[in-house]
Amino acid sequence: MPAAATFTIPYLQVLDEHGRIDRKKDPGLSREEALRLYRAMVTGRELDDRRLKLQRQGRIGTFAPTTGQEAAICGPALCLSERDWMAVSFREAPAQWMRGVPLSRILLYDGGFEEGNEIPEGSRNLPLAVIVASQTLHAVGVAYAMKIRGERDSAVLTYLGDGASSQGDFFEAMNLAGVWQVPVVFVIQNNHWAISTPLSRQTRAETLAQRAVAAGIPGIRVDGNDALAMVRAVREALDRARSGGGPTVVEAVTYRMRMHTTADDPKRYRDDAEVEAWKARDPIPRLRGYLEQRGWWEASRDEALVAEIRKEIDQAVREFEAEAERLLRERPDAAFDHVYAAPPPALQAQREAFLDRVRREA
Amino acid sequence: MARRNMVEALNLALRQEMERDPSVVVLGQDVGVNGGVFRVTDGLHARFGGDRVLDTPLVEAGILGSALGMAIGGLKPVAEIQFDGFTFNAMGQLEGNVSRYGSRSRGRWPASLVLRFPYGGGVRALEHHSEAREALYALPGVKVVIPSGPRNARSLLVAAIRDPDPVVFLEPKRSYRAFKEEVPDEEEVGVIGRAEVVREGTDVTVVSWGAMMRPVLEAAEGMSSEASVEVVDLLTLHPMDVCTVASSVRKTGRLVVVQEGYRAFGPASEVVAAVLDEVFWDLEAPVQRVTGYDVITPYFARENLYLPDAARVQEAVRRTLHP
Repeated sequence: MPAAATFTIPYLQVLDEHGRIDRKKDPGLSREEALRLYRAMVTGRELDDRRLKLQRQGRIGTFAPTTGQEAAICGPALCLSERDWMAVSFREAPAQWMRGVPLSRILLYDGGFEEGNEIPEGSRNLPLAVIVASQTLHAVGVAYAMKIRGERDSAVLTYLGDGASSQGDFFEAMNLAGVWQVPVVFVIQNNHWAISTPLSRQTRAETLAQRAVAAGIPGIRVDGNDALAMVRAVREALDRARSGGGPTVVEAVTYRMRMHTTADDPKRYRDDAEVEAWKARDPIPRLRGYLEQRGWWEASRDEALVAEIRKEIDQAVREFEAEAERLLRERPDAAFDHVYAAPPPALQAQREAFLDRVRREA
Repeated sequence: MARRNMVEALNLALRQEMERDPSVVVLGQDVGVNGGVFRVTDGLHARFGGDRVLDTPLVEAGILGSALGMAIGGLKPVAEIQFDGFTFNAMGQLEGNVSRYGSRSRGRWPASLVLRFPYGGGVRALEHHSEAREALYALPGVKVVIPSGPRNARSLLVAAIRDPDPVVFLEPKRSYRAFKEEVPDEEEVGVIGRAEVVREGTDVTVVSWGAMMRPVLEAAEGMSSEASVEVVDLLTLHPMDVCTVASSVRKTGRLVVVQEGYRAFGPASEVVAAVLDEVFWDLEAPVQRVTGYDVITPYFARENLYLPDAARVQEAVRRTLHP
């Protein structure tokens, strides 16, 4: 039989596992951009370490670690301008930080405070979306608004995971984005595990990028532990989006080195050997290898960099804890804020009764 | 003034709001060239073009989820779901995102959008096309508005479009073309959150909304020699105007609530509980509920046996008069 349709999914790798670059595919980052990317990735790793400790000490709640996925998370965020939008899921803390969200605010969210999601005026970062893939539809809607409002320099980047890529919301989002030809880039972080569900139980397809084929939009698979490949693929996709070329799916093949969240114990369902094998593909030393070859960095400077980042995190922890203490004391009724633009009388009465009770019990 | 049915009145509201505010967009299945399966969006595509009157694929979650994104991006989306029974495909977005986006973004993006759809039975439709499940949309952060006639349908849809919060707007489909009212060309903006006493009386208060208002008013007129029935049209289900209902019950001492949908966990129960808080010692008789039954919405051949009608309302009124 003749083929009714055929497809290929391109695969992109720029840095090999030793950080050696394929010059033809070099995204051409400036020294400043490359170092910013490196710092963000190291910050993500350090933030994980600190958050794990804080969680074990009961000072924050559960959170989704980013270790091992720093290239897949930070590479795309590096490609965004202030005019662009970012719609995260919940495993993108270092990308939020790159987009101007203070570390103390990330911790405030992890600490269980609504205020951690506060969006400053002018920011184009959507708040965390815990219902996986639901944010991909919001991204498409924002992109539609950019298109018909004539904001041609604005595109939307949204992140989702391999588990989320099975959701109906994502298929609807890709389909709508294709039909409407809106400027949106879907970055699937294929970290191989949706809590305990391995990729093989998620889909029979060879790649997640080919989910794009059904929507008639381009899909590309990228070495997601290769920061430069992520930058190149996402930058091309965003450029195409901004020039009216429509949406793209970028599948970042990466690995969740730690637990799904701190509430999860991966030893119940996966072998340490698998985790060990992925350690060799750690995205941070790979980018460092490239930086060293360019003469932009020396491994000996890592210690000072890490010390500096830890100081920043220390400061953020202090700010978060002071803010948390203040909010608990001064704003017990924060959940009543912003339910409606103006509180209906019955809700206002509930708020007053609540505050009365809280004050009596205090 | 012009006499209009509800479809024409809703169409007027959409057309005038789209003229007034270029950020208003309409999206849904068949809303464009076809003008909507009930013709509520008739002529809008020709007048405003395909960018603002957007035919979507068959994606209810996608319609509501992308509408939320459009609102974040600075548009004012009025999203249509074709029938009540299909809204449940979008409930994940309603509960998981739309209802809470104002709170989640701490007021930055309050999901300022309208989700409108025809609801209820009485038009001899297929399964999933006759549901009255209005309580299910009444989430914190969402306003639920249900007009009962052409004039308030028009003024409340205008208000919904201008409202900063997400508004779920249920249109009683059997009232779409059932009758006409004077609906002025000039702007009329309803008040969301306010019930209306539409018939004054002294003996008993009957509260209802949407498609049930017709049988309720018919019942009240039909028993006028027997009882002086006050009728309250709730208009906004959530947040509810308890004050207007309570004032009426304080006067009459008797309360009947009429709802089309099944009984358990329905809005009638909420009306009763909220009002009892205020008027318990003023009551002269036990409160009555006239509702659907706790069954799957019946198919159309027998639906009229199940839908509350004027006779059942009158029976309930009599039970409060002669407990």
